[in-house]
Amino acid sequence: MFQVRIHGRGGQGVVTAAELLSVAAFLEGRHAQAFPSFGSERTGAPVVAFCRIDDQPIRLREPIMAPDALIIQDPTLLHQVDVFGGLSPDGYILINTSRTFEELGLGDFVSGFDRKHLCTVPATELALKHIGRAVPNAALLAGFAAVSGRISLDSVNAAIREKFPAKVAEGNVAAANAAHAYVVAQLQEAARA
Amino acid sequence: MLKQVEGSAAVAEAVALCRPEVICAYPISPQTHIVEGLGRMVSAGKLAPCEFINVESEFAAMSVAIGASAAGARSYTATASQGLLFMAEAVYNAAGLGLPIVMTVANRAIGAPINIWNDHTDALSQRDCGWIQLFAEDNQEALDLHIQAFRLAEELSLPVMVCMDGFILTHAYERVDMPSQEQVDAYLPPYEPRQVLDPADPVSIGAMVGPEAFMEVRYLAHAKQRQALELIPAWADEFRNIFGRESGGLTHTYKLEDADIVVVALGSVLGTIKDTVDEMRDQGVKIGVLGITCFRPWPSAAVRDALSRAKRVVVLEKSLAVGMGGIVSNNVSASYAGSPDLVHTVIAGLGGRSITRKSLHKVFAEAVEGRLDTLTFLDLDHAMVERVLTREREQRRSGPIAESILREIGVVAAKIG
Repeated sequence: MFQVRIHGRGGQGVVTAAELLSVAAFLEGRHAQAFPSFGSERTGAPVVAFCRIDDQPIRLREPIMAPDALIIQDPTLLHQVDVFGGLSPDGYILINTSRTFEELGLGDFVSGFDRKHLCTVPATELALKHIGRAVPNAALLAGFAAVSGRISLDSVNAAIREKFPAKVAEGNVAAANAAHAYVVAQLQEAARA
Repeated sequence: MLKQVEGSAAVAEAVALCRPEVICAYPISPQTHIVEGLGRMVSAGKLAPCEFINVESEFAAMSVAIGASAAGARSYTATASQGLLFMAEAVYNAAGLGLPIVMTVANRAIGAPINIWNDHTDALSQRDCGWIQLFAEDNQEALDLHIQAFRLAEELSLPVMVCMDGFILTHAYERVDMPSQEQVDAYLPPYEPRQVLDPADPVSIGAMVGPEAFMEVRYLAHAKQRQALELIPAWADEFRNIFGRESGGLTHTYKLEDADIVVVALGSVLGTIKDTVDEMRDQGVKIGVLGITCFRPWPSAAVRDALSRAKRVVVLEKSLAVGMGGIVSNNVSASYAGSPDLVHTVIAGLGGRSITRKSLHKVFAEAVEGRLDTLTFLDLDHAMVERVLTREREQRRSGPIAESILREIGVVAAKIG
């Protein structure tokens, strides 16, 4: 079982991101379970959503306390919420930011992590450019696809097209494609370094 | 057809496949997505003929469902928590009148303190109202139970409540196999009411009944529910023949054959319990699970049979009879041939408290070792409770309890589990 925890704020599409990820995994023939942290969500309040992916039916209903991957949609949460709780050093971290882990003050924290599992992507900027709204979720999922290899970009885009009306979907697909390319380039650069 | 959808969307689609003719509902979390989905289908003309009636309260929702059902329409509504309590008088009337209404209860705690999260206290508060009460383990079963519910309701002329865990199921995206219209039509014939308000053949429904006959009417309600105990497994078999999967019935058993310890529960927590049981089985513990799908009528014979070789029973329930203990466990005890001392009650998950494998391991291990108390509150913060009790002893004006506990724990947004 592969478990993903997504942190963000109300209004950033955190719950939708987990749902999209589950649809993308389903389209690849996997079992998937997405669920929100069930808060009284308000715009701007910290929100958590979860997605489990497995090759067999998923029965477990507890929150994801030991994630294999973290997607952080809002880096201002880093100092407010224990976003890294339960993450093991071989886990994946994807943060929505144009800064590096070091610039975010996370250099020491991630020193024991596999660099190939760490990734930043300016998803909000990509969303503003391609969608016209600060909704970074689809771009981040594409970034997650690139860094983890757990799902394909095609499945993410198919999930986006299933979930949103055509016009909104195309903007999100464009943002997703750009984010995927960005992460692939970043990973190649890291591999050369 | 396999789909990856939200539980509420799956239930809305399944209800639509049952061709309801009147849907009336008042929105309340976490039921809202179900009736929103149905409302969209009706307004888009995808579900026709069907009238979606916006009502001003839950009391009105059930009252409209009663009127519609008595007029011969297949009627559906959904609610949760305070909404169920607000309609309680009409809930009893629907059962007393024998009207085959189907209602989803998206299980949620009851206030005060106000709480929108999941537990079973709402549905269990209505356990004696005369409705059949079915509990879904996952979203597949939630949608399947709705199809079975219309069949059950109309054959017996009794209302059926399908309970699904609020948020945990209603808001979870998971894989479901959505049946075809042909399958549902093959299972669920058009509604032929046993009683109907028909101007061509007038009757009155809802007569006043005095002491000379009230007991007999109530006895017949009880007898009809006991009759349902035979019909529910038969219809689950028929469901399997048409839809090709196991869903519904009275109970689900899991690894019971050689189990010394049996855990009894309702609803979605059964999944987490089964995962925990598998881990304990790997360590050589003979532990199994009894899931109660049909809570009313209470399947006493099936429970007695399933527990016949259990040396100890742990009832894990998301409900609390304040001042007494467990509600489900009280029912289980009555159907357990062994000593009542061997039935343990674990109150868990109240108001949406997460039920984790870690905590389940702990209480199940205590049961194995014979150390589990008769009544346990899973993950209760005893120190906090003690501080509140101390303050109450020391200060006459100790203030409102909920608010003082919130002050003690501080900000909760940072918590993940």
